[in-house]
Amino acid sequence: MSPMSRRDFLVAGAVAGSGLVLAFYLPRHGLHPAGEQVFTPNAYLHIEPDGKVTVIVARSEMGQGVRTALPMILAEELDADWSQIAIQQAGASTLFGDQTTGGSASVRTTWDPMRQAGAAAREMLIAAAAQQWSVPVIECTTQKGFVIHAASNRRASYGDLAERAANLPVPKEPKLKAASDYTLIGKPTPRLDTPSKTNGNAEFGIDFRTSGMKYAFLARCPVIGGKVTNFDDSDARKVPGVTHVEKVGDSAVAVAADSVFAALQGRKALKVTWDDGPNRDLSTAAIFDVLRKASGDKSVSLQSAGDVRAARGRRMDAVYELPMLAHAPMEPENCFALYLGTSCEVWAPTQVPQDVRDSVASAVGLKPASVRVNVTLLGGGFGRRLEHDYAVEAALVSKAINSPVKVMWTRDDDMRFSTYRPPSVHHLSAVLDAQGWPVAFSHRLISPTISGQKGQPGDGGIDPDLKDEASFLYLVPNVNIEYVAPPCAVPLGWLRSVYAAQMAFASESFLDEIALAAGRDPLQYRLHMLNDEKEITYFDTRWQTARLRGVLQLVGEKSEWGSTLPVGRHRGIAAFGCFGTYAAEVVEITMQNGDPKVERVVVAVDCGQVINPNILEQQLHSAVIFGLSAALRGQITVENGRVQQSNFDSYPILRMNEVPTIETHFVESHEAPTGIGEPPVPPLAPALCNAICAASQKRIRSLPIAAG
Amino acid sequence: MSEFTLRVNGIERKINVAPDTPLLWVLRDTLELTGTKYGCGAGLCGSCTVHLDGEAVRSCVTPISTATGKAITTIEGLSPSAAHPLQLAWIAEDVPQCGYCQSGQIMQAAALLARTPRPSEQEVIDAMTGNLCRCGTYHRIRRAIARAVEAGGGRP
Repeated sequence: MSPMSRRDFLVAGAVAGSGLVLAFYLPRHGLHPAGEQVFTPNAYLHIEPDGKVTVIVARSEMGQGVRTALPMILAEELDADWSQIAIQQAGASTLFGDQTTGGSASVRTTWDPMRQAGAAAREMLIAAAAQQWSVPVIECTTQKGFVIHAASNRRASYGDLAERAANLPVPKEPKLKAASDYTLIGKPTPRLDTPSKTNGNAEFGIDFRTSGMKYAFLARCPVIGGKVTNFDDSDARKVPGVTHVEKVGDSAVAVAADSVFAALQGRKALKVTWDDGPNRDLSTAAIFDVLRKASGDKSVSLQSAGDVRAARGRRMDAVYELPMLAHAPMEPENCFALYLGTSCEVWAPTQVPQDVRDSVASAVGLKPASVRVNVTLLGGGFGRRLEHDYAVEAALVSKAINSPVKVMWTRDDDMRFSTYRPPSVHHLSAVLDAQGWPVAFSHRLISPTISGQKGQPGDGGIDPDLKDEASFLYLVPNVNIEYVAPPCAVPLGWLRSVYAAQMAFASESFLDEIALAAGRDPLQYRLHMLNDEKEITYFDTRWQTARLRGVLQLVGEKSEWGSTLPVGRHRGIAAFGCFGTYAAEVVEITMQNGDPKVERVVVAVDCGQVINPNILEQQLHSAVIFGLSAALRGQITVENGRVQQSNFDSYPILRMNEVPTIETHFVESHEAPTGIGEPPVPPLAPALCNAICAASQKRIRSLPIAAG
Repeated sequence: MSEFTLRVNGIERKINVAPDTPLLWVLRDTLELTGTKYGCGAGLCGSCTVHLDGEAVRSCVTPISTATGKAITTIEGLSPSAAHPLQLAWIAEDVPQCGYCQSGQIMQAAALLARTPRPSEQEVIDAMTGNLCRCGTYHRIRRAIARAVEAGGGRP
């Protein structure tokens, strides 16, 4: 089916208005002609008689390559012909468990189910062939989409075997391959989505449309938390093409029109009187005052060893502070919704289809089962699309105007009405022995809780994210990592690597401080603290000091740490473990008119088994550049209750003329794969600031660097 | 509302829109050419880059009234078979991550190579610095441009 006929089907279903979700169920690929036997051994794949293998991807593609990496895992165990793999994007469903795309979790959480799905299907296809040929199963092998019986020189394609296989029992514990037998996993493999992203065909949320669809922009109170007092829509309604002006909830007014431009012009002409609410005097200074004043409040412990108070020696202290940040994905927030009274259909660029389903259902008064959520491509995520605000808006507007509608945000809306990386203050202290080695290390994080603000404070008041993002992996006899969570009026969200970037900046900068105070080389200082092979259990993760040491040694070797640098060039190092992965980075800079110019970044990671080194390299580049944008210039500030940044001029991100040379390395490993989208972000800022200190003797204790 | 005649990807199209409508929205909403993307609305990011008579322009800040009488080329019309040397190089280097900015990146690079078939590294950087990529694909973009140049794609 062509895209247009598919969409017309949606409208036809809508007109029929049966109210049944199935009445406008849209198979994403116009799947199967009636009567054709399709082999669907589990929720993750089907094999058609022509041999086409469709892998269902129940995570969102936001650039990180899940639409290639996850099928690779399944295809490896299936022994499929990679050239016959197609993917189907799963919408919100009950079949796949938690479909959230975040926490660098897609590969690590689907590694087992995807392998088992492929292996189970392979065993069924072998059983079907053995049955057909009357030969023992054990004599059959598989290769690139065929079952082969070498003794009788017979082969049958998966497509030919699919019908027979479909009638066989599904093995409960299929045998998985040994890593040494992999032919696809670990090999650089082109992404399946690349061609469509070079010719304009890739369909993002903003590209989805149906006939009769309206476009809507919402006017929101410029002051955080403000509400609508009243509005005058007489001028807005005069704009040709504007069809509706409706209040949405108590804090926004939507202007809908037949075209994007009319909706934009209509919103401009709309006059709203706002009740600024309690935050009209809120400022960045006031936000940080709250954090600083809370620094002595009762804390919760995240990690502890020995007794830091009993440690004796030379004591050092420092305070670090980090600003709020915005995600600024290239595709601003948008969502399509069609509310039909007893059901609602949504097309959303979202990282959380199930949350969208539930929050839309609640907002428009439906049961979750009556809301169908389809996931489009995401023009970047970085955590912004873990929120469902824009999907709820779309559903509410569709309900209010009784029409299919696409709610869109401008870049200005994205910057000023987002959820932000929380601000943080960090109190660090260490006690050094006579040789300069640390006998105690303390890190007190003072930062509002994201999950807590969203009503899910976590067990024992510990923000659940901190369990993946705040471990201290060096072997120091007395350690105390603790956490204070003051309130914050600014809406908070999860930004790529979340608390890990904050924790790593403070602790890895401070380690540099104490190494220098001890007169030691920063790399050797860290390695010394990792000399013993130990496991450190931090919440649910068992960390190995040897693997952190491994990435530090690898980055040291590849960057030629210790070699003489050209005059004017300086380097810094940092490492961190989060989301199960170990990452270390060396940053080389020159100083130009007092500002750092980043010349070279060397990255080393240990993320267990690498699925696709091609995508791994993309993720490492991406993380370095993301981290650099934040470290150099990233900050969201608030004055008079209003976010001050509004576009890429006031919130600049790195451009091509500023990117350094980036060299990427990974540890060859067959350990279970761990996260990669986020772990290379945290070491960047401290490595950079450690290089700046090497160059200028100036210790940077707050970011961004440009504000210092 | 006014009537305009546009020549888009070699085809004449008659449209009826407000004269101050940015070319971007005409392309996306009216003509359904959604390969051109909205990123900032202020000419700061380059996601909306198209060609006007071969020159790269930001369609989000180009009023439709100034685009009439000129040959408008979008990513959909860059090559009839999506096989412009830059598109092939983009695939060979596996450039895109989220992909949202890539139409604009390719159109910007195509305008550069049409005028400067063998650009220096600095000329590439100068030409491409107006195009933002939040995923950080800059290195592969440079590799892909170099590959297209080597393949002779820079020749007019």
